[in-house]
Amino acid sequence: MNHSIFIYILIAATVSLIIRALPTTLMRRQITNVFVKSFLYYVPYVTLSVMTFPAITEATKNPVAGYAALLVGIIVAWFRKNLFETAIMCCLTVLIIEMFL
Amino acid sequence: MITDYSLKLNTNRSEFAKGMRDGIPIGLGYFAVAFSLGITAKAIGLSPITCMITSVLCHASAGEYAVYTMIGAGAAYIEMAIMVFIANARYLLMSCALSQHMHPDLSFSHRLFIGFGITDELFGISIARPGNLNPNYMYGAMLISIPMWAAGSAIGCFSGGVLPERIVSALSVALFGMFLAIIIPPAKENRIVGALIAVCFLLSFFFSKLSVFSGISGGTKTIILTVVISAAAALLFPRNEEETQPSRIEDAAQASQHEKEDA
Repeated sequence: MNHSIFIYILIAATVSLIIRALPTTLMRRQITNVFVKSFLYYVPYVTLSVMTFPAITEATKNPVAGYAALLVGIIVAWFRKNLFETAIMCCLTVLIIEMFL
Repeated sequence: MITDYSLKLNTNRSEFAKGMRDGIPIGLGYFAVAFSLGITAKAIGLSPITCMITSVLCHASAGEYAVYTMIGAGAAYIEMAIMVFIANARYLLMSCALSQHMHPDLSFSHRLFIGFGITDELFGISIARPGNLNPNYMYGAMLISIPMWAAGSAIGCFSGGVLPERIVSALSVALFGMFLAIIIPPAKENRIVGALIAVCFLLSFFFSKLSVFSGISGGTKTIILTVVISAAAALLFPRNEEETQPSRIEDAAQASQHEKEDA
């Protein structure tokens, strides 16, 4: 069967949009259930944590640089709270460490 | 009026500008990640233009990777639809969380566009905004980061491996740096969140190392861990009314402040 790239992309775009926009458009009422509210409160922290580690150690050429970036990122985020600074410090850490490894 | 989000208002313009400012580091990280996605797209024979269009419409790292591998494998349409759903399913949860962070009277079109804009990073910065989310903040961030994502993938597709490997390696941690900047500061104020992050790191690590789970893709792993850990945390440490709704508290505080001023 011959598949059209156009249709592939159309399907992908539609599915992506439905997943993202269905809750924001349909869930208009404030949720009152304590469990659901607590669950949704914890979701972002859990998702981002799970996606960060160990992925950060696998993203770099050398895992040691990834671990160092994780440590530096946690420290900078703890004291500075700034998105851009934290990201740049992580990048610099990898750049510097991989120069020596 | 609280629901007037037109750019005629100064507050909305300043939210838009803040969004653009916060979108810059995200866009830089996107550029690097999209660049490598572009190389994947090139390998299956897509043109830079196709790649750019896909990136604007889907703008998701795992989701787009799924799209390209499915196209490359000549998969059935339904197969790809399911795969894209699984790779992006975490956005469903994020979208639910974000829906609780909007003014209840926010219009359908704003809700649609905000929904369209959800990515890990844009969700992270917009959920971190105090009070109800001003759509203009999200739009500002989208205006900077999505074109950079699309440009990165198109340029990656066009030029292949031009950037030196060590630069790509360094840029690839930018996204994780941003994730850390989102999750770590709240851990400072809230010990439960701090402990939760540590538990997530540990479980995520074991999940990726144990061979039992080796057949599970990264996206599915993220979904399973997110649902299980968040549910456990919600059962063990339910948030009480005041804590879960900081926006309400601030609104109330502002309201009482105005009352004092009026008096």
